Amino acid sequence: MKVVFICALLLAVLAERLVEAQPHFAVEKIFGGYALYGFAACAALIAVAKALGLLLKRPDTYYD
Amino acid sequence: MIDHPGLWLVAAAGLLPFLAGRARFVVALAAPLTALALALSIDDGVHWRAQFLGMSLSPFAVDALSRLFAVIFSLMAFAGALFALNQARRLELCAAFLYAGSAIGVTLAGDLVTVFVFWEVMAIGSTLVIWSAATPAGYRAGMRYLMVHLFGGMLLFAGVAGHVLETGDTAFARMTLDSASHWLILAAFLVNAGAWPLSSWLPDAYPEATWSGMVFLSAFTTKTAVYVLLRGFPGTELLVHVGLIMVFYGIVYALLENDMRRILAYSIVNQVGFMVIGIGIGTEMALNGAAAHAFTHILYKALLLMSAGSVLLVTGRRKCTDLGGLIHSMPLTAACGIVGALAISAFPLTSGFVSKSMIAQAAGDEHLFVVWMLLAAATAGVFLHAGIKFPWFVFFQKDSGLRPPEPPWNMRAAMLLLAALCILLGVYYQPLYRLLPYATQYEPYTGFHVVSQLQLLLFSGLAFFVMLGWLRRTLTLTLDLDWLYRRLAPRLAARAALLLSNGLASSEIGGQRAWIAIDRLIRRLHGPQGVFGRTWPSGAMGVGVMSMLLALLLSYYLFQ
Repeated sequence: MKVVFICALLLAVLAERLVEAQPHFAVEKIFGGYALYGFAACAALIAVAKALGLLLKRPDTYYD
Repeated sequence: MIDHPGLWLVAAAGLLPFLAGRARFVVALAAPLTALALALSIDDGVHWRAQFLGMSLSPFAVDALSRLFAVIFSLMAFAGALFALNQARRLELCAAFLYAGSAIGVTLAGDLVTVFVFWEVMAIGSTLVIWSAATPAGYRAGMRYLMVHLFGGMLLFAGVAGHVLETGDTAFARMTLDSASHWLILAAFLVNAGAWPLSSWLPDAYPEATWSGMVFLSAFTTKTAVYVLLRGFPGTELLVHVGLIMVFYGIVYALLENDMRRILAYSIVNQVGFMVIGIGIGTEMALNGAAAHAFTHILYKALLLMSAGSVLLVTGRRKCTDLGGLIHSMPLTAACGIVGALAISAFPLTSGFVSKSMIAQAAGDEHLFVVWMLLAAATAGVFLHAGIKFPWFVFFQKDSGLRPPEPPWNMRAAMLLLAALCILLGVYYQPLYRLLPYATQYEPYTGFHVVSQLQLLLFSGLAFFVMLGWLRRTLTLTLDLDWLYRRLAPRLAARAALLLSNGLASSEIGGQRAWIAIDRLIRRLHGPQGVFGRTWPSGAMGVGVMSMLLALLLSYYLFQ
């Protein structure tokens, strides 16, 4: 399962060689840029959620 | 014959309580199909006109935009009715048809007065769907839901009244934010859209509905709001900002959530955020994208909620911490849930891909760099919170040891129908594009687009598994703005009541004296021997009336 997933990741990046870029913006020309951005954005979202959770999480019987 | 699709559903809602067995089955499925056929075949233009209080109304008017929403609402009512056929609480389907019918009524309303009427019926229908759960928690959540929506209805009434007064025109057309009444109308629309800061009613109330109730709830209220925003406020820049907040609010709260259906409720806010952004951008491409996304979203979100609802029905559990490993005994429910998850994440070959990408394309075409970057981040985030998190914690992760059976045939059929549509629209998207309000030549399947989307999504999947430790489920809820009216306001009210009763106690002696005096006066006037309490002969009334008439006559002479 893990191997399949890692192969899919590699394929998705390498496939960028095969397609012609149609960028709106210059940043889209960076090789593997979408992959990096997807990972970074999600890591940031998880970190924000974690931090907010420390502040706002309550036991789920809070309103009972 | 009445050719208004919404009224067919409303009529069926009135008929269903009196039916049982096969007749109920036939009406429940035939009514939405009739509505669907009517919505697809009805001509453009104003079909009904009416006069009301000196206003000219057009309660039934059709164009491409209203047809698109009437079609998807009818289709959704059919899929939902099929799924809910074995629901033991009979009231729910009647309420759901009233709700769906009035949602169609809003989309086919040519004037703001008709919009308001159906808007309110929708609030009642949806509250009845929530109350069909018949649990104490569901009752309270439904009451809070009703309060929020009646408040929204009040805003809409004030706004529409002001608009009609100012312009003398009831037609529901494009508005600009140039008057208080238009701001009120926008605010009312945004309440129903679940826009932050008035979004907490959605994750608060929807997950308290039954396993089938939430399927209906997810489809109509927020998407009707998207429709009225599309018609009333396209290109309003404020909506871009509102939409961006909704998108990220939905992701972050869904990441923190433990209740599987509340995860999906936050995800509704997130998805509607994408549509609101598209409406805010306001180009033809963006508006097409918002409309198409509403269409596809209704199908895959209903599919996800059917999958979650099936799990709830057969296990009786709703928390991720109590679930897991269900793929072993519920492979079909899991597979359909995964199709829905892939579609909401906008994987290529699913319906989400052909609709969501139009909104990003529009942002790119307008050179809105920041919006475009944030949309890409949000697309990755959707895969994170709904695309992987929901199926992972419910059907995989640790094995909970539960081996429940698959749900009954009608529920499986409804899930298969929607799963098939999610894939069909992803592959064969031209019919959907033809239904959109503007003609489009957009081509979603370019090599670059497919590859870049796959990179974005697969690597957000990588982030999920790398950081799984931070996403461990806990028995918690996350405070939202509903805390203000569920905790803070009651506490303040209790404090105020305490202060008031203390104050009263100290002035009690003075108060008692005053009360005794008032009591004595009342007894004197109204008591057994009081002026007003005595029995008077009926002739006295004749004298009284005559003296009044005389006084009137005199005043006529004197003050003429």
